[in-house]
Amino acid sequence: MKPAPFAYHRAHSVAEAVALLAELGDEAKILAGGLSLVPMMNFRLARPAALVDVTRIEGLSYLRTDPQDGLRIGALTTHRAVETSRDPDVLARFGVLPRSARWIGHYPIRSRGTFGGSIAHADPASEWCLLAMLLDAQVVLTGPQRQRTLRAAEFFEGYYSTAASPDEMITELWFPRPAPRAVLTEFAQRQGDFAVVAAAVCADIEDGICRSARVVLGGVGPLPVEVNAEVLSGQPATSDTWQAMGEHAASQVDPPEDTHGSGEFRRRLTATLVSRALAEASHLPGGTR
Amino acid sequence: MTPQAVPFDGRWVGVPVPRKEDRRLLLGRGRFVADLTRPGLLHAAFVRSPHAHARVGAIDVTAALQAPGVETVLTAATLGDPYLLALLERDEFVPTRMPILAGDTVRFVGEPVAAVIADDAYRAEDATELVEVDWEPRPAVASIEAATAREAPQLHEQARGNCLVDLVMFDDDRLGEIFGTAAVTVSATFRSARVAALPLEGRACLAEWDDRDDQLVVHVSTQVPHQVRSGVAQALGLPERQVRVIAPDVGGGFGLKCVVGREEVAVAAAALRLRRPVRWAEDRQENLTAAFHGHEQRYQVRAAFGQDGRILGLDAAIDCDTGAYSAFPFTCAVEPLMASTELPGVYKVPAYRARGRAITTNKAPAAPYRGVSRPQIVLVMERLMEKAAEALGLDPLDVRRINLISPGEFPYRGVNGITYDEGSYRESLDQAEKRVTEQAWPTERDRLRLAGLRAGIGYACFSERTAYGTPTMSQRRMRMTPGYDTAMVRMDPTGEVIVTTGTCGHGQGHETTFAQIVADRLGVHPDQVRLRQGDTDLASYGWGTWGSRSVVIGGGAAGRAAEIVASQLRKVAASLLEASPADVELAEGMARIRGDARASIPIPEMARLVHFQAHRLEEDLRYGLEARATFDPPGTFSNACHAAMVVIDPGTGAIRLHKYLVVEDCGVVINPMVVDGQVRGGVTQGVAAALLERVCFDPEGQPVSTTLMDYLAPTAAEMCAVDIVHLQTPSQFGETGAKGMGEGGTIGAPAAVLGAINDALSDTGTRFDHIPVLPEHISAALHPSAALDRQDVA
Amino acid sequence: MKDRHAITLRVNGRDHDLVVEARRTLADMLRHDLGYTGTHLGCEHGICGACTVILNDAPVRACLVFGVQADGAEIRTVEGLADGEQLSDLQQSFSDHHALQCGFCTPGFLMLTEAYFADTGTAAMTEARARELVAANLCRCTGYQGIVEAVLATARARANARDDSS
Repeated sequence: MKPAPFAYHRAHSVAEAVALLAELGDEAKILAGGLSLVPMMNFRLARPAALVDVTRIEGLSYLRTDPQDGLRIGALTTHRAVETSRDPDVLARFGVLPRSARWIGHYPIRSRGTFGGSIAHADPASEWCLLAMLLDAQVVLTGPQRQRTLRAAEFFEGYYSTAASPDEMITELWFPRPAPRAVLTEFAQRQGDFAVVAAAVCADIEDGICRSARVVLGGVGPLPVEVNAEVLSGQPATSDTWQAMGEHAASQVDPPEDTHGSGEFRRRLTATLVSRALAEASHLPGGTR
Repeated sequence: MTPQAVPFDGRWVGVPVPRKEDRRLLLGRGRFVADLTRPGLLHAAFVRSPHAHARVGAIDVTAALQAPGVETVLTAATLGDPYLLALLERDEFVPTRMPILAGDTVRFVGEPVAAVIADDAYRAEDATELVEVDWEPRPAVASIEAATAREAPQLHEQARGNCLVDLVMFDDDRLGEIFGTAAVTVSATFRSARVAALPLEGRACLAEWDDRDDQLVVHVSTQVPHQVRSGVAQALGLPERQVRVIAPDVGGGFGLKCVVGREEVAVAAAALRLRRPVRWAEDRQENLTAAFHGHEQRYQVRAAFGQDGRILGLDAAIDCDTGAYSAFPFTCAVEPLMASTELPGVYKVPAYRARGRAITTNKAPAAPYRGVSRPQIVLVMERLMEKAAEALGLDPLDVRRINLISPGEFPYRGVNGITYDEGSYRESLDQAEKRVTEQAWPTERDRLRLAGLRAGIGYACFSERTAYGTPTMSQRRMRMTPGYDTAMVRMDPTGEVIVTTGTCGHGQGHETTFAQIVADRLGVHPDQVRLRQGDTDLASYGWGTWGSRSVVIGGGAAGRAAEIVASQLRKVAASLLEASPADVELAEGMARIRGDARASIPIPEMARLVHFQAHRLEEDLRYGLEARATFDPPGTFSNACHAAMVVIDPGTGAIRLHKYLVVEDCGVVINPMVVDGQVRGGVTQGVAAALLERVCFDPEGQPVSTTLMDYLAPTAAEMCAVDIVHLQTPSQFGETGAKGMGEGGTIGAPAAVLGAINDALSDTGTRFDHIPVLPEHISAALHPSAALDRQDVA
Repeated sequence: MKDRHAITLRVNGRDHDLVVEARRTLADMLRHDLGYTGTHLGCEHGICGACTVILNDAPVRACLVFGVQADGAEIRTVEGLADGEQLSDLQQSFSDHHALQCGFCTPGFLMLTEAYFADTGTAAMTEARARELVAANLCRCTGYQGIVEAVLATARARANARDDSS
């Protein structure tokens, strides 16, 4: 399980990284944490002709909030940095992110893996991809000539496949709108495993009534799936409501089958996880707009 | 438990002495095969079949030979078609040659067909991609059902119906009538999935030709150095004296390494041919797909019970999926023979029929993974007891009690021809039930149920046959019959001791436990006793470490040899102190005369005299303090009762192990810390077999669980603390009163966990008779219709 | 055609200069080019953690890092834990709690734990947190209980020592 040969390049700035990508063409890949890419290379399932190591680029590891601007996360911010953030504003308005980081692998994985790396990898069951969809995050892509911003829904195109061009690098993830009552929950057979099904929800609840909610599911198809949650509008914030929504969500998905579970099992998981995520969200403090 | 470096009451046996092995391993100074290097070292990489079944046409190595760094590429043809052949002397057994490199047919995905030898492991792997093989795929069979179906392709010429062994070991004409008149007959099919031993260190081998000693030296990660020597010698046509096998530190084995692997022999062949050192370290993907697997078994069982719960008759058809070949030296018969012979276990079964078969399929071959067939037979018997209890409206523990071989009935000769030596089957069950009650498990279970979860408690009673000596092993009729082991004990001029045995530890702490045994015999400190294992040039022919044999047989032989050296020391002391040898006591580094406080001599002083002042001693006391002794016991049964509590989340089907108790009896305990470690490690593997692990193939024989993301090994998060209670029924057959116990944890845990799961579902119609039970199974059982039912969620 | 790079790194306080092929993993470079064979390979896909070393204060799976990436870095491996021949408190605790049997996974657990202690401190360690930490790596021999106990005991001892000395 040794990787095939490749040429190694180290970038010290974003400009250098994207210039290298442009020069090397689509056989080159970005090396950040390496936790998704390098195993594939060791299995020889991925054989990039070149790697551009971006881990030494300064200034891409940050969590910045702004009352008007939401939360911006540098692409090289580790999962661990998100997990351990003590910024009161992050915790109050975007607390779902630090709270969800614990689902990602184990401590050493979180110490090395990066937020941008997860988004670039585009595993439809992964935590940051789901939350990016749920919270309408925007992906900032920097290329040699330009910078552009894509909505998460436009960015993810399928299993491990995104709209990024070969000469672009994710430099930032922008979460423009806070979501104080958001929860991500998932099911995996062992702690730290990839989710079989994951559910990310956010709910707007006032005076015991659910005014609106959004539900995004992972592990039920090649992309995170947002199910129709309109039925929740105006419903009382009770466990019966959450359970009904769970079943309603399950009825909207047609999940695939693999060694980790059949379609039917995934549907049942959907019902349970959506219901539980909504219940958990309803117990969080509401926060202000 | 805090380790202690002081004897208790003058004795080291029974003390949790800190392990001698720890220091070098903690410092990162362990020496595993892949750590070894040599000038000019070459690396091997294997070209492996992508097909589960195929004819092999031409193998074109031209491009590979030209690749950078490549020294040569070996095939079966270039090596002269060497093979390993494991034999059983029974008509019902069909032998299968396991070619070192496949010849004209490959029979499982991953089977090696060529070996690339290059100057660097990366380049060796690169070159494997350049070898072109003309494959002619054939239909494959990947299950017992598919292999035994009428139109199934035949995998081996002599094996009709793909059956490699078919033995009716036991039969009884009365069974027809017994089943006809029984109060209750339980019929069921039980299955356990194929699992992988998964030692953290994969297989590995470094072979080199030694010109000075005129021998091939094979450093190998193995449990059986002498059998590797025999296998290499046989396969390569060398006399055994020209092969030396050395096992350095071995990173776990669990049975994977108690058979001889073909890759290791290929590496040896390469070194022999090239006269250069060659090294290979298996990677995890190879280990999961192309190494040996185990425990894939199906039991079709009928059991007759009386109204009082007593078992009256048992009829079992046992099929073991043995993969593509018989492993050397045990043969594919090991699983079906063990299963057929030992199925009744701790219970008194008056009438018994058992048919055991090994079925060949297009999957990697089976080797004796920890427990061998006993996790499966215990699962079967415990489920039978539970089913009978349910049918009769009795308490399942009472049904067990009425059938257990009880105090006063030992030695018990079973219907299977086995004599069970004294054990605490009944006491361990009673103790387990008592502790479960004292620890308020049922209250906890009720509390969890009230909280909306499902919870259950399960038990498993079993015995573990250990330290099988040659007479017992001979009943299998293996051409190479294991059993005995021979130790050498030698004291040097400073009074320190070297011990050699034919066992081969790989984590069991032999360097410590054998030292404890020998120290007690000789009156020295365990720090002064050094065990050398794993080198076939040092140790007399022995059988390695597996089957829970080492402390009893290896330690027993060492004890015997030490006793002889002790008697030599006593004679020297008696001569020097003018007393009778019978009055000499050896303790704390001194020889003392009983009853005379002033008469003593330090043992090192005696050692010095014997070696350097031989002329001052009588002739029969001169020239060294050493002895050799063999131990070959009939086998002795340890036993245990396990109890497990699981918690099930009905919303997801997730099953979590909540509590675990082991009440075990392995006779005299040499080192309690080591024993507890074996129990906990074994339980973890058994729990994983019940909840997580399975090697999956698609119907065409393509492996699906090829990475550790698919094959789910347990982490600390899947385990809870394991509470252990020790009983002690000394073995009459051991030198020390110890019984083996290394596999017990793995043997009992699947049944206990399965019982707990079934208890958690006791209010439903579902009972599971297979392992693993996965969340998906639970979820389907709790939601039998396609429409989603409302479930109360926590 | 190999892509080769000259690098400098410090391992356990000792400087090394060498030339490595780009694809050579940090694990193989440490083991075979620099002789630090205490770090072991158990899976080469980042699951088992046997290859864990500390790179610039962070725990990494050396099978997923290329040696060239360690240019200019400070690496700590298991060989750097002891004080000469004196086992560290964590190493001694592993022995005291029977946290190793075959020893193959042990260096990975030791480095994982040291990295974690340096990162988060030891005062807040509990059995549950220790078990969660230990779940990051695989062991096949011990069933984990000894490892969890060793980690917990060491954390407590270090926290107490700090309290005593403050």
